[in-house]
Parts: sequence; C-alpha cells; structure tokens
Amino acid sequence: MSHGAPAPQPLAKICADVREGRVKALDRVNSFLAVIAAKDGEIHAFNEVHADAARARAEAIDATVQRGGNPGPLAGAVIAVKDNIVMREGKTTCSSRMLANYRSPFNATVIERLEAAGAIFIGKTNLDEFAMGSSTENSAFGPTRNPWDTTRVPGGSSGGSAAAVAARFCDAALGSDTGGSIRQPAALCGCVGFKPTYGRVSRYGLVAFGSSLDQIGPFAHSVEDAALVYDAIAGRDELDSTSADAACAPLAAKTREPLAKLRVGVPREYRSDANSPAVAEVLEKSIAAARAFGAEIVDIDLPLTDIGISTYYVIAPAEASSNLARYDGIRYGHRAKLEPGEDLEDLYSKSRAEGFGPEVQRRIMLGTYVLSSGYYDAYYKRALQARRLIKDEFDRAFAKCDVVLGPTSPVPAFPFGGKKDPLSMYLCDVYTVNTNIAGIPGISINGGFAEEGGRRLPVGIQLQAPAFAEETLLRAAAMFERA
Amino acid sequence: MSDSTPEALTDADILKIARLSRLSLAESQVGTVRTQLSSILGHIAKLQALPTEGVEPMAHPMKIVNRLGADEPKACMPVEDLLRNAPAVEDRYLAVPKVLGEGGGA
Repeated sequence: MSHGAPAPQPLAKICADVREGRVKALDRVNSFLAVIAAKDGEIHAFNEVHADAARARAEAIDATVQRGGNPGPLAGAVIAVKDNIVMREGKTTCSSRMLANYRSPFNATVIERLEAAGAIFIGKTNLDEFAMGSSTENSAFGPTRNPWDTTRVPGGSSGGSAAAVAARFCDAALGSDTGGSIRQPAALCGCVGFKPTYGRVSRYGLVAFGSSLDQIGPFAHSVEDAALVYDAIAGRDELDSTSADAACAPLAAKTREPLAKLRVGVPREYRSDANSPAVAEVLEKSIAAARAFGAEIVDIDLPLTDIGISTYYVIAPAEASSNLARYDGIRYGHRAKLEPGEDLEDLYSKSRAEGFGPEVQRRIMLGTYVLSSGYYDAYYKRALQARRLIKDEFDRAFAKCDVVLGPTSPVPAFPFGGKKDPLSMYLCDVYTVNTNIAGIPGISINGGFAEEGGRRLPVGIQLQAPAFAEETLLRAAAMFERA
Repeated sequence: MSDSTPEALTDADILKIARLSRLSLAESQVGTVRTQLSSILGHIAKLQALPTEGVEPMAHPMKIVNRLGADEPKACMPVEDLLRNAPAVEDRYLAVPKVLGEGGGA
C-alpha cells in the first residue's frame, strides 16, 4: 500500500520461490539496489548500502539452492538493518559523530539468526542519534525523508528502516523500539511496525539506550511478513540474560487464521481531542471495521495514558545517562584533542560534548539530574511507582478485552522543523510509550489516509496485547489489515 | 534524599548537571539548556500529583531472577579486533593521557 505501486507478494511466497529455484536471490538484490540507487539520494533511508556483500550473499544462497540445499525460511529475503544493531559488515554508527567510524567486532544475535534463516542484508538505515527522537531529524548525518511526501519527516527513531520499507528498498527491515521508535515511523510511512513483548527478542548487539524498555522488531509490508521475520529472531538467547524463556511457536502462517471471538478494547483516553481530525476519523473507521468483522467492541479506561510521557521521560533518560557513560573517548568512539594542561576528565567531557548531538546531551543531562542526590525520590522512584500503576492498569484492561485499539500517533507525518521544541516532540509518543513501560507487545498497521497540503499521508492504528500474547496480537492485526 | 519538588533550575544547577554528565558546556549554551530542561521538568512534574503511597517501584517489566550459566571457558574475541576501534593504541594497550599528576604516584 505505498504510492500506488502494486502490493508486493507475500514474503513467504517470495522465499519459497527462491528456495525452489524459480527466482534468483541475486536478481532480487540487483533490482533492490537499482531502486536504491535511483531514489535513496532523495530519501536518505540508508547510512550505508552493502551492495557487494549483499550480492555475494545472494550468489551463495542461489548456489545452495542449485546444489539442492535449503537456505532457510527467509531464503533470499532482503532486509535493511537499523544502524544501532551491530554487524561485522560495514560500520555501526547509531547516526552519531561519536561512532562515525565504529566497526563492530561481532554480529548481534538477530543478525546471526536472520542469516541462519537465509536472509540477505542490504545495508544500515538512518535513525535519530542513539534512537533518541521521533522524526529522524536528530541524525548526525542528515534526516531521512518520508517517501509519501519528502517535505515531511518519516517519524523516528527508526525513520530510515520505515522509509526503506515504504520506498520498496527491501522486503523488510529491523528497528528498535524504546518508546515507539518502530511503531510511530511505521504509522507515518504507511507500513507495518511490530514491537514484541520485552524479552522476546535478544538485545545482544543492540546498542543500549533504555535497557528495561528497548526491544528489536520488524518493519514489513504486511502483518504476515512481519511475523515471518519475527519468527526467525524471537526466542531465548543465552547472550541476553533478559531474554525470555517463553515458548515461541511460529506465527507467520497463523496470521491467516482469524480469531473467533475477538474483544477489542477502545480506551476513552485514546479518543482524545489531541488527535488530528484525520487520525480521529481513521480510528472510528477501524472500530466500525472491527464490528463488521464480528469483533466485540469494549469501552475501557486507561486514565494513566496521560502520565506515560512524564514517566517515560524520567525512566528512559535515567537509563540512557547510565548506558551512554561508556562513551568516554578511551576504548572506542570519538576522542577530542586536548590542549596543554588538560587532563583525563577534560578528555571525557570534550569527547562527549563533541561526539554527541544536542538531543543526546539533553537526555543525558535530564537522566543525570533525575538520578542525582536529592531528586531521586521526587523523580526516579516516583516514575518507577507510576510504571507499576500503568502496568496494573493494562492488566485490568486485558481482563475485559484481548487487544487494545487506538491511534499510533496523534498526527500524521509532520513537516521538517515542525516540532522544534523538544517537549512538543516528546508529546508525539503519547500512545506508544506505555507499551514499553508495561513491557507488552504492540503493532502499528496502516488504517487509512489523511489529506494534507494536497498529499495523501498514511495514518497508523495501533494494537496492544498482554505480555507474550503475540499470537493474539498478530492474528488480530491481520484481521484489521484484511478489513 | 529529599522528597521535595525541586525548584526552578539555575545556571549553577545546569553547570553542575553538565559536570556530573561529563559534558563540557559552553557558557553560551547554559541559558538554552536551562530553558529546555526546565520545560521538560515542568511537564514531568505531573508525576508529583500521582498518588503513589505504598506502591512498589517497578524497575523492570519482567519477573526474572539471576540466571546461572555453565562455568565453561569459551573463546574470547581477538584483542586485535577489539583494539581496532580504539582512538589511540600503544603496543597492545589503550593509550590515555596521564591520569595522575606530578608527584601523585600511587
């Protein structure tokens, strides 16, 4: 459903075609590279395109097929990777000057798993520096443009991955979601973005931002495609002690089976005056569609929706200030030049001031402040108490419904520079942060379109489900997708 | 640890926070940072109105306990790979500016 181009075939079918020799992986890679060469100058979804590595990998997959081997369930799937997930191939920059030349000595677990499943990596995608932002304007290497309207942001922080899928630069992409960084750009770019339950997907090799909130997940053209990628990356990893033991049955094929008695909860707080008229209209249309496909609509209350931003912007910066303490100019990353008489502390302070952009510095300072002596109880402890209350509120809601439906973002894609005040940017995350705070799964799919400035802009709807209820979430999302 | 609502941030507060954050901050930036942080903290102040008496803080979404791994030696990453990203290396070591001042030897 992007820019009038015909809908892509299901990824499962494409991979079967590659596996059975009907389609060459190399031809697919070459055609994606041609689209990227033609269009990415304008979109800037990629920080780095791995053309040679992708071709070599495609040739190896085609050779395996020719020998009668099976390259795996994702044979020939072409995947873009957010540039805060480490790969041996190329650089991992987090779109920061701090890591502008960083080359990882290892692959993230998700990279190892996708490779084992037969996937091909096409390159690393742009993001808000260290995944901090909602527009990709905070990249040290320049913003990504929304393929639907290049005067507008793609959302963030995984804006490059969302734009790469929307612009048909790849079959699917990986992103990371700490407070909405997969779901919000998916909504603004009109693709599917799925954040699994905290702990479902190994964070080993994801550059840490907010460790109790971060989760890797896929962008794709459809719910089923997203599930196919998720199936390959989910599951316990001994390299991530917070990865969950819970069983992961394959879900991709299951997304075709509708749920018989789906109860869809719609929180009163999500029907907010803050929603743009088009977003409000798409939500009501989706509610009507759910009734039409036989779901029961349940009015619910999530009164703490409004406290989410305050809670998140204490917890996430607190964790970030701790996680980003590792960038000190010593072992890796940017190192400042010292003047005579300057000491080791000057090296730290100058390297960090030169290496980090304004938003990252702001969040480090905010996190340092809320954790500092005298303010810890007033901010951090209180935010952790709010976190418990938010989680309890979701638990009570899920006693009445199977999934919670609402907008992903209160507004469609906004123009560059449209949210200059940091707080106004933070408020974009009102519907997505509580998912991470509670650790539950969420998915954004396209729900319709807005007309702004003579352009059609995608509007996303979000579904949330209880922890580890990915099967319900994805099957429900596919029902909305088909409606 | 006070439980008080903090007062408005001063320039001195900003310089202290920057120092604790190990971020060198130019004098000219202090005002902007103070305005931005104050605006964010003003919004976050909503938390103060939330009744939290007796609520157990939740630091993490998962009920997990420490996991013990098998105590088996495994191959380490090659030192050369790890040093490849270092800004300054001498021999097989990371090079840093002198840590201790004159006469401050341990």
